[in-house]
Order: sequence, then C-alpha cells, then structure tokens
Amino acid sequence: MKTATPLTGALLYLNGVTVSFEGFKALNDLSLVVEEGELRTIIGPNGAGKTTMMDVVTGKTRPDSGEVFFRGTADLSRLDEAEIANLGIGRKFQRPTVFENLTVFENLELALADSRGTWRTLLAHSTSDRRDRIAAALARIGLSEQTGQPAGALSHGQKQWLEIGMLLIHDRTLLLLDEPVAGMTDRETEETAELILDLAKDRTIVVVEHDMAFVRSLGARVTVLHEGAVLAEGSIDHVQNHQRVIEVYLGR
Amino acid sequence: MPALPGGQQKGAWSPRFWASFLACGVALAVAVPAFNHWVPPDSPAALPDYLVPLLGKYLCYALLALSLDLIWGYAGILSLGHGAFFALGGYCMGMYLMRQVGTRGVYGNPLLPDFMVFLNWKELPWFWWGFDHFAYAATMVVLVPGLLALVFGWLAFRSRVTGVYLSIITQAMTYALMLAFFRNDMGFGGNNGMTDYKDILGWDVHQSSTRLGLYIASVLALGLGYLCCRFITASKLGRVLLALRDAESRVRFLGYSVTDAKLFVFTVSAVLAGIAGALYVPQVGIINPSEFSPGNSIEIAIWVSVGGRGTLVGAIVGAVIVNSAKTWLTGAAPETWLFVLGTLFILTTLVFPRGVVGLLRRPSRIRTRAAARVPAGERA
Amino acid sequence: MGPVVTVRLLRWVGIVLLLLASSVSARADDFATLVGDLASDSFADKERAVTALGVLDDPRAVSVLQALSEGRLLKTTDGRVVISKIAGGTTRVRDAVTGEDIAGADPDRFDRVIVNNRLRGAIEGALAALTLFSIDRDARLVAARDALRHPSAGEAALLEKAIAVEQDPEIRAAVQLSLSAARLVSGSRQERLTAIRALGTTTDPQIKNLLDEFRAAPDTDPELKKAADAALTSIGNRLRLVSIAANLFQGISLGSVLLLAAIGLAITFGVMGVINMAHGEMIMLGAYTAYVCQQSFRALLPADWIDAYLSVAVPVAFFVAGGIGVALERSVIRFLYGRPLETLLATWGVSLILQQAVRSIFGSPNKEVSNPSWMTGGFDPIGGFTITWNRLYIILFCFIVLSVLALILSRTSFGLHMRAVTQNRPMASVMGIRTARIDALTFGLGSGIAGMAGVALSQVGNVSPNLGTIYIVDSFLVVVFGGVGNLLGTLVGALSLGIVNKFLEPVAGAILGKIVVLVAIILFIQRRPRGLFALKGRTAEAEA
Repeated sequence: MKTATPLTGALLYLNGVTVSFEGFKALNDLSLVVEEGELRTIIGPNGAGKTTMMDVVTGKTRPDSGEVFFRGTADLSRLDEAEIANLGIGRKFQRPTVFENLTVFENLELALADSRGTWRTLLAHSTSDRRDRIAAALARIGLSEQTGQPAGALSHGQKQWLEIGMLLIHDRTLLLLDEPVAGMTDRETEETAELILDLAKDRTIVVVEHDMAFVRSLGARVTVLHEGAVLAEGSIDHVQNHQRVIEVYLGR
Repeated sequence: MPALPGGQQKGAWSPRFWASFLACGVALAVAVPAFNHWVPPDSPAALPDYLVPLLGKYLCYALLALSLDLIWGYAGILSLGHGAFFALGGYCMGMYLMRQVGTRGVYGNPLLPDFMVFLNWKELPWFWWGFDHFAYAATMVVLVPGLLALVFGWLAFRSRVTGVYLSIITQAMTYALMLAFFRNDMGFGGNNGMTDYKDILGWDVHQSSTRLGLYIASVLALGLGYLCCRFITASKLGRVLLALRDAESRVRFLGYSVTDAKLFVFTVSAVLAGIAGALYVPQVGIINPSEFSPGNSIEIAIWVSVGGRGTLVGAIVGAVIVNSAKTWLTGAAPETWLFVLGTLFILTTLVFPRGVVGLLRRPSRIRTRAAARVPAGERA
Repeated sequence: MGPVVTVRLLRWVGIVLLLLASSVSARADDFATLVGDLASDSFADKERAVTALGVLDDPRAVSVLQALSEGRLLKTTDGRVVISKIAGGTTRVRDAVTGEDIAGADPDRFDRVIVNNRLRGAIEGALAALTLFSIDRDARLVAARDALRHPSAGEAALLEKAIAVEQDPEIRAAVQLSLSAARLVSGSRQERLTAIRALGTTTDPQIKNLLDEFRAAPDTDPELKKAADAALTSIGNRLRLVSIAANLFQGISLGSVLLLAAIGLAITFGVMGVINMAHGEMIMLGAYTAYVCQQSFRALLPADWIDAYLSVAVPVAFFVAGGIGVALERSVIRFLYGRPLETLLATWGVSLILQQAVRSIFGSPNKEVSNPSWMTGGFDPIGGFTITWNRLYIILFCFIVLSVLALILSRTSFGLHMRAVTQNRPMASVMGIRTARIDALTFGLGSGIAGMAGVALSQVGNVSPNLGTIYIVDSFLVVVFGGVGNLLGTLVGALSLGIVNKFLEPVAGAILGKIVVLVAIILFIQRRPRGLFALKGRTAEAEA
C-alpha cells in the first residue's frame, strides 16, 4: 500500500477509491476532498455511489482500492465503525433509524459524548452536566415535550430531528447526512435546512440529497457523482449549467 | 419512564423493588425449609422431603432461564446452546462429587472414579487434577463455561454472526459437545455420565438437611443472579443492549463496540448458566451427556417465552411454570407432554409474545418489540 | 428348474467318476478305518485321518468333518464313532460310518472328540477340498474362496482338479486365485513366479498377508523376493485406490442424502428468511409415507406388485409433506414473518407435536421399509468394495430432484417469482407478485422435497419418529455452509460435508470426525458469516 501524504488541512480525503459488488463498480476511482468547516452537498442519480461513499467513510464497507484519510492521518479504510465514530465522524442514515424501544431521552443519552467502553457503560453515573447537555439538545431539535416518549411513537420528521440531535450531542467534527429531508413536509424541510445551517457554523457537514430546492437553500458547494466518480463540482449554479450534469441527471 | 443520563434506571432500586424482592426471597429461603423441617410430617401443611430437591431443581432451571433472558430478551442473542454451559458447570460439580466418593465406589479405588476403573484407566487424567478440592471445582464451574463463552462469543460476535446464524452455530456447538461427551475416552463417564454421589463438603447428599442446604444455596444463587442481571439491564449498558437488539449497526455508528457489549453479557450469562448447572447436579444426583442435547437448549427458550422475554422475572416464572407442568404431566399422562410443550412453543410466539408477566404488566412498561416494527435487515 | 438340476447331477456324477479314477486308494472300508482313527487319542493320528478324509472323495466325509469341527463328533464307550445332532429340540445320535440312528442313546454319556487349533486348520482344509466339488454353486464358491486361507501343496492339486471341471466363470476366478496362493507356498520356482504375478493383480488383504509372509521368509529366492515386492506394491496401490473410491462413494452417498434433506430448507430459508425447525419432521413424514405405502401394497395388492410401492411412495410423500408444509405456513409461519427467531421456536413446537403424533399412531419402535428387489444388493466395480444399488439410486434420485428444481427455478414463472421474492421482497410485491401465495407454494415445495428425501432415507435405514432430528443439525450446517437461497451452494455444501465426513471417519473415528466437521464449520462461519456462496452487496446486508 502506498503511503502518499494526504493534502494538508483537508478534513476528509478520498483518493482513487474503488468498491465493486460482484462486477458492478459502485465507486469507480472516486476522489473527493472536504475541507474543515465546510458544508458540502453531494447529488447524483440513483446508483451514483452516494451511499456507498458514506459506507466507505464510516467503515461499513471496505474499499477494494484507494485511500481514505481523516484529518490527514487516520486511515479510515483500516478502522471499524465504532472506532471511526469515536474519531468524530457521525452519520445519519437515509431512513431514520432511532432506537424505537428507547425513549427520546435515552436515545440522546446513548449518543452523548462519553466513554464508550463496556465497563464504563455498565458503571456509568448520572451527573447534572450530562442532564443539562441532553436538555439543551432536546431544546435545539424541538423535542423537549417528547423526552419520555418511546422514539418509535414519534412522527417521521421528529425521528429525523432526533437523529440529527443524536449527531449533535456527540460533538462530531464531521457529520454525514444521507437525505435528511426525505419524506418531510415542506415546512419540516425548511426547518431542517435552518437546523443544518445552524449546525454548520461549528462543524463540517456533508449532505447527500435529491431535493434540488433543499440543496439550493443550503447554498453550499455541490459535488455531482455519476457512476461512482465525480462528474462536476462547484456552486449550485455552476453544476446546474454543466452540460454533462444536465445530460445524466438534471435534464432527464 | 424517563431515565437518568447514565447510571441506573430510575426506579430500578426503589424501596418498593427491595420490599418485593426480599419478600420473595424470604418466602423461598425460609418458608420452604420451615414447612419441611419444623412442621410435623403428618400435618397437611408439611412439605414432603421429596419436594425439596424438586423445588431446588426448578430454581436451578430458573437461574438458567434468567441467564438466557439476559442475552435473548435484552441483547437479541438467541443462544440455542445454553444447555452446554449449564452442563459444563454441572460436569465440574459432578467431577468434584465423584472425587469425594473415594474408596466407597464399587471398585474401592481411592483415586479413580468407578467408570475409569471399569475402562481400565491407570491414572487420573490431568484435567481431573484438583477436582477433589471444592474451591478449585467451584472456580472451574465459573471458568469453564465463562471461557468457552468468551472464546466462542469472540469468534462469533467479532465476525458479526447474528440472528438465526448465531442460533444455528450455538446449536452446533452444544451438539458437538454432546457427541464428545458421549465418547468414553473423553474421561467424563461416556453416556452413563457420573452418578452415585456420596457427599458434598462432608455432608451426605442423601440427607434431608443437606438437601435443604442445597435448596437454600439455589435460592441465594438465583437471588444474586437476578440482582446481577437487573444491575446490567438497568445500567446504561442495558440501554446499549436494547439499542443493539433493535438496530445493531446504528449502535456501531454511535461509537459503541457491539462486539464487546455482546461478549460481556454472553459471558456473564454463560457463567450464570454454569452456576445453575453446578447446583442442579447434586440435587438431581446425576449428570450425563444428554444435558447437552440441542432439544434441551431450545426448551430453555420456551421457559423464557412463557414467562415473558425481556422482563427477568418472567424467565423465573416461566421456568417454574413449565417445569412444574412437565413434572406433573410426564407422571399423569406422559404421551401428552410433547403435545403440550409443542403447543406452548406455538402459542407463546403466535398469541402471547409477551408471556405471563407481559400479560400482567401494563403494556407501556414492556420493552418488547412489536411485530410491525422489525427492521428489514433482520430478515436477510 | 428340472433340466438344470439334471445337468448339475450329471456333472456331479462326472466329477465323482473323475475323482474315483484318479484316486486309486478310495474304498469304502478306508472310510470306516479313517473315521475310527478320528477317535484316536493322538492328535497326530487324528490329523492324518482328517487329511486322508479330505482326499477320499467320500460324500459322507463332509458331515463327519463338520461334526468334528463343531464338537458334535462323539466316541461311545464301545469305541464306535457317532454324530449327535439337535433337531426339533431333541438330540439325535447316528453312526458316523453307517449313518443309522442309534435309538435311546444318551449323548451326554459319550466322550467328545477333542480338537485343537492345528487340527481345526486341517479340518478346514479338508472340508474345502470336499466342498470344492459340491453340487451347490454357492457352496463351491465359498469353498473356492475359503481355500485361500490355508494354501498347501495338497490343496494345489485339488484346486487344479477343480479348475479342470469348473464351468462357472466366477468360481473359476476364485479357484484360480486360491490356486495361485497354493502354488506360492508349494509350487516350483517358475510356478511361484507366475503365481506372484497373478496375485499382484488382486486387492485382497489376505493375499497381501500371504505375500508379506512369503517375502519375509529367510530362504526366499532373491528374484522371487523382487517379484513379491512388486506384487505387494501393486496390491498396496490398488488397496489405497479402493479405499479412496469406497470413501468417495460413501461420501457422495451421504452428501446426496444431506442434499435431499437440506435442499428444501435452503429454499425456504432463502425465499422467506425462515428457519423451519420442523423440516426434519417433513423428512420423517415422508419416510412413514413410504412405510404406509409398503404396508398397503402388502395387504391389498398381489405379491409381485410389491416392487412398485416405491414409485407410488415418492409422489405421495411429496404431496403429504408438501400439503402439511402449506398448512403449516398458512396457519403459523405467515404470522411470524420478520421474526426469524420466533419462527424458529414455533416450528420447533410443531416438530415436537408431529413427532409425538407419529409416535402415538405408529408406536416408538423402528419400522422397517424393505428395498424393492431392483434396489437390493450391489456390484463390485474394481474389487474390494461394493456399490449398493439402493445408495446408487438415491444419488441418482437426488440429482434428478436437484435438476428438476433448478429447471423449476429457472424456467417457470413460479420460479421467476420465487427468485424475485428472494432478492427483493417489497419490490416483487410492488410488481404485482402475490408474495403470500409464493411463500405458501415455496414452503410446500420445500416440505415436499423433504418428504421425498424421507422416502429415500427409508431405503437406507430404519424409520423412526426421531428420524428427522438425526439429519436436522447437519441440514442446517449444509445450508449455512453453502449460503442461503442458492442451489449450487447447497450442492457444494452437502457434497463436501458428506465427503469430508467419510474421509475423516477412518482417520479420526465416526464421532470424532463429526466433531471435527462441526468445529470446522463453526470456525468457517467466522470467516464467511453468510456462507460460501453468499450474495454480496448492498441489498444483502441492507440495514433498516
């Protein structure tokens, strides 16, 4: 394995990443750089490799070849999900996955930045500091009323927020959000956009999204993926006028 | 029911809990011996001698069921090989009891148990060394099932064997052990197993006072086992387990080591099962390889289901109910028992998934998963 | 039958005449003298008499020698030699020479003629010599093979005579082999060399021992020794080959049984994600269907129709087990989709009920299902091991079932729908496939195949209510090993498990071999948690 020195300053650095499933190349020599503090949106048609890219970054899928570095030093292709999560990379799935049998409070409690060791978890203590942090997060995602409810009883949009709240409370450096507004009402979508912009003030966020109105409302740099590789990158106006992008995606 | 962030769940150790826990403990540990020992035998209130080891046996089964509920009800790990840990604990105790027989065996050999003399063994195999000391045997009761669970669990959980795959390989594990223990040259008595015990810690195992002592030890073991399970399930780790039962990979993305958490409860559970086996053997007077049979292990799951999964108390209640029914039916109408057991398996999964305890409790307090909310990933 | 017997009689007469002509000293009073010598106190005298009786060509000698070897030859107080025989609960005593009954004699009062091991060897040799010319073909064959065990110069002469008159090719071959063995110990140098070469083409362990002994003798001619070495190497190689072939056949046979048992499990697991613990009981029901068919044929139909019961049992078992499978799916399993662990427990309950029901109806003892005549016996392709017809037919049957199933899956619309449901259930449902119907039919198909597997199993073993539990753990391992919902995986899984098991057995013993296989699979699952031929990709490990 070659040990090229990744770009300095880049928070997330993917170079030449290839992943194939039984002959089908989900990622084909993908290279992508996300700078610290950036808000990045990634768009692309179905099968372009958006979710696989997130799988690679979060350790769910191992790349067949290529390099994946976090903060220039941590080789994500060699770590497992829990280790990557503990580096400060959080992920929100396409479908909301909260722990439905736990209460809203307990969901946040598990996500709280805290020791993850099995012994420490077994012998964990309750402190007012932790309670306060959970209460603050509840207020920020607007679920203070629902604190004692089982998460399974929340509405679809509330589950999405709870999940974002869980990423928030862990103090992640990098958040990967997979279609955060899928299935939301227009009003919920607007609120989510505000929440993301608010979150982006003090962390790096990568958003995968189909909803072009939502992407536009975020006003961030856009990367277009196609057939497992980057097709175009730039402002939303730049990519919307890009000839190839129109052919494969926007102008269908 | 909101929980405190970190730490034990609110209400888990309330005075109300302690009151009912101690009440049950006293009823089992004091009332039973009292009715057996101090009430005159001809009184209708007297508890006949033969019932004491029978009740003791039920308590051992209850501890075994508790150990399965800890991993199945909370972490979603359905082990179909838990009988193996129970039997291993039982064998460790059986080896101690065999060594206590000394020269009183049929062949009067001071060193070798009868079956070894019979098979022409010349010396005690190394893995029997030390079993004449109770402390060593007791340590092995914990270590042997614990280590097996640790190694097996590490292999399985590390490579993310879950769901029915895990159930099948645990079944294969107990099946392989059963075949191994049936072999005479393993040095554990082959298919006859070990029996004809004389005494334990110097007391005659046939004496009613010894049996009462073993019974009380079973009550204590069950009580401590229950507290241990309750401590785990009411801790933050308990919430992690519930979370990983429902969405395992999500827990990984939160930064928890699913492997470690599962391995921890699996090992604790195996140790509890081993202790249950060790208490079971002197009370029933025999241990043989059929304890390893896959059918026995699956039956444990039905005790837990009948009582109510994920409730701990349910496991105890279920084990006692099902085994009392078994004792009664196999005496009264033996051919109907398997019909009843089979029907229980179907009914508890189909009609009463929350079991006896679930039916008695208010629905909101039960943390079992409703059928409709199953993640599709489990179907693969 | 008549003409055959006549021909045989004529041949027998011919042999007797030939022997009479060749043995000059054969006279009836010799027989009486020799029988009298048998009662001598000296073992040397007895042995001489036995050897002489062997070449005397007197048919009475056979019964005398047999009585002697079985301890039924007695000596009366007045020196007569008699044979005792238990018939119909009473002991009859008759004169060994004249054959007439001695009424009222109490055999307990007579002394038994004592035999030692050396004498026993002589008796066997003599009996072989006599029976080599028996009228009964089977007796001649046995004698020809028996002759291998005590090769001697006298025997060589005898075998030469036998081969001159023997017509049956199988017996001729056996006689020839025994003759070679006899020449090895007694023949001229040239004869020995020829014999060694002939013996080198066999696979009989006895001949190997004989050659070993010959080679190890101190005064063996070096050239003969070399030839014996070559023969031994060739026998050793052939024996190794035979043992590999035998293991392979038995492994494939076991593998095909496992495949039949596991294949239904594999498709139900693949399509529905359901572990059916009652699958073993479907096998058991199939086996009992075979039993019931056999009994009905015996009771209701003419005796020579009995061979046809199997061809009725196969489809009946398919529909009986398949029907019960569909009923099980409709009444229990469909309510448990998405809860694989609960399904596992509920179907275990079903299996207990089915076992007990069969036990209540048919009783616990094993039932015997006999092979039809065309499945009885076997043949020996290379010498040294037998391919039995029943196992061969099961292997064939198994591959027919597999091919038909593969055709159903690849060519019919039911198969297409089934594969669609396996790969993506919600999508299949959206496309208008009635998934509930597919589930029920798949379950019926899987159970039906298990039923046919049961018929096959009834041909190689006994039928009992717990027949299914014997195979269920192995079937699971096949499925887990091969990967779910994949016929090729199941095939490879079953055959490799069967073959590995059979090759381990001679090395490690049956039980230890099985334990090794179980542990190996447990370890294998660590490497490939989804089996050898698992689907890979996003859909296969989709997470909610």
